[in-house]
Amino acid sequence: MPQVFHRSTNTFSRVSIFGALFFIAAATYGLALINRSAYVTQAGVARAQPIQFSHRHHAGELGIDCRYCHTSVERTASAGVPPTQTCMNCHAQIWVDSPVLEPVRASYRTDTSIRWTRVHDLPDYVYFDHSIHVQKGVGCATCHGRVDQMNLTWQESSLQMEWCLDCHRNPERYVRPRAEVFDMAWEPPANQLDLGRELMRTYKIQRLTDCYTCHR
Amino acid sequence: MRAVLVRVALVGVVTLAGGGCRRDMQDAPRYDPYEVSTFFKDGRASRHLVAGTVARGQLHEDAAIYTGKSADGFVSALPFPLTHAVLDRGHERYDIYCSPCHDRVGTGAGMIVQRGYKPPPSLHEERLRKLPLGYFFDVMTNGFGVMPGYAPQVPEDDRWAIAAYIRALQRSQHASVDDVPPADRGALDAPAPGAPSGVKEAGHGAS
Repeated sequence: MPQVFHRSTNTFSRVSIFGALFFIAAATYGLALINRSAYVTQAGVARAQPIQFSHRHHAGELGIDCRYCHTSVERTASAGVPPTQTCMNCHAQIWVDSPVLEPVRASYRTDTSIRWTRVHDLPDYVYFDHSIHVQKGVGCATCHGRVDQMNLTWQESSLQMEWCLDCHRNPERYVRPRAEVFDMAWEPPANQLDLGRELMRTYKIQRLTDCYTCHR
Repeated sequence: MRAVLVRVALVGVVTLAGGGCRRDMQDAPRYDPYEVSTFFKDGRASRHLVAGTVARGQLHEDAAIYTGKSADGFVSALPFPLTHAVLDRGHERYDIYCSPCHDRVGTGAGMIVQRGYKPPPSLHEERLRKLPLGYFFDVMTNGFGVMPGYAPQVPEDDRWAIAAYIRALQRSQHASVDDVPPADRGALDAPAPGAPSGVKEAGHGAS
């Protein structure tokens, strides 16, 4: 009986078997890349806002402390979006004719909220609390990046679970002294790991990686 | 046979209808802080307290603590013991909430004033140095002139701590040798840190 396939097709079959494995691996890797990309996480994408509020100007150039506006960041889960009154503390006298600030003045006159576009939005099945992170020495800039250098604000980190776990598994790499939490320009020292381990003892920081730490 | 068909159809309809009720777990049926509400007319999910609400432990029976005033006028003492921790807290809160206008030493040349806000008087004026602590608490609470009240941003105990720190600032600008404990007076003759001594000072300010 004559052979159906010529001998040369053996090569095709060998290449296609290997090729299938390679294709599956490449597709998996590609999907993982896409899932971590800014296209999915929206990290690094500045959001349009009803008012062109610049953290760079207020926190960076003017040196206003984060807590002047985000008053509840040390006490509650939410850092606190300031009420229009807080804007008017200064803007009752500064830039009073600026058309850029008209939505602020309108909000104040008519007692209606400014509808900011939310930048950081965790899924509702994650319970995040700012106050405990601040108390344990996680700096604002550790998660939020150099907000004091952002004009329109963007989300610096992916906010994906592997990102949370990186720090929950290895807090010593990221924690800083409490007094430096709100210092946006603080850089980890050369002996960060020693400092971090010392702070973990002082602040009683645990490696919290149980599911129910965040999902409950 | 017909009954079986009806049952299969029913299961199909219920399954499809159930699928229509899909809800993503990342958006649970509850409000996040500051979320937009379609239920309330003003669109705010975060509600103001109903007028007259008194939370447990917030009856504010002792008016002096919450107004800085008693029947005899402004109170002159803190409602809690003065400790170093209180002063440190006051220092930190003063730098956050007051220094934008009053600047970090209280002379009234803060960044917002440099940007055009009406300058406040220096906290070291003779008139302000003689006023009781309760006066400063009252101004922080209700505002004064163009200064807005800071009660929404700064809780009572922090306002008292700031008042204590303001007093410390005032004393710091009018201190005499008698204020220094005798044991420490020798240090007064040492060159001040940062004084020109030929050694280059390490710069650590924001550039």
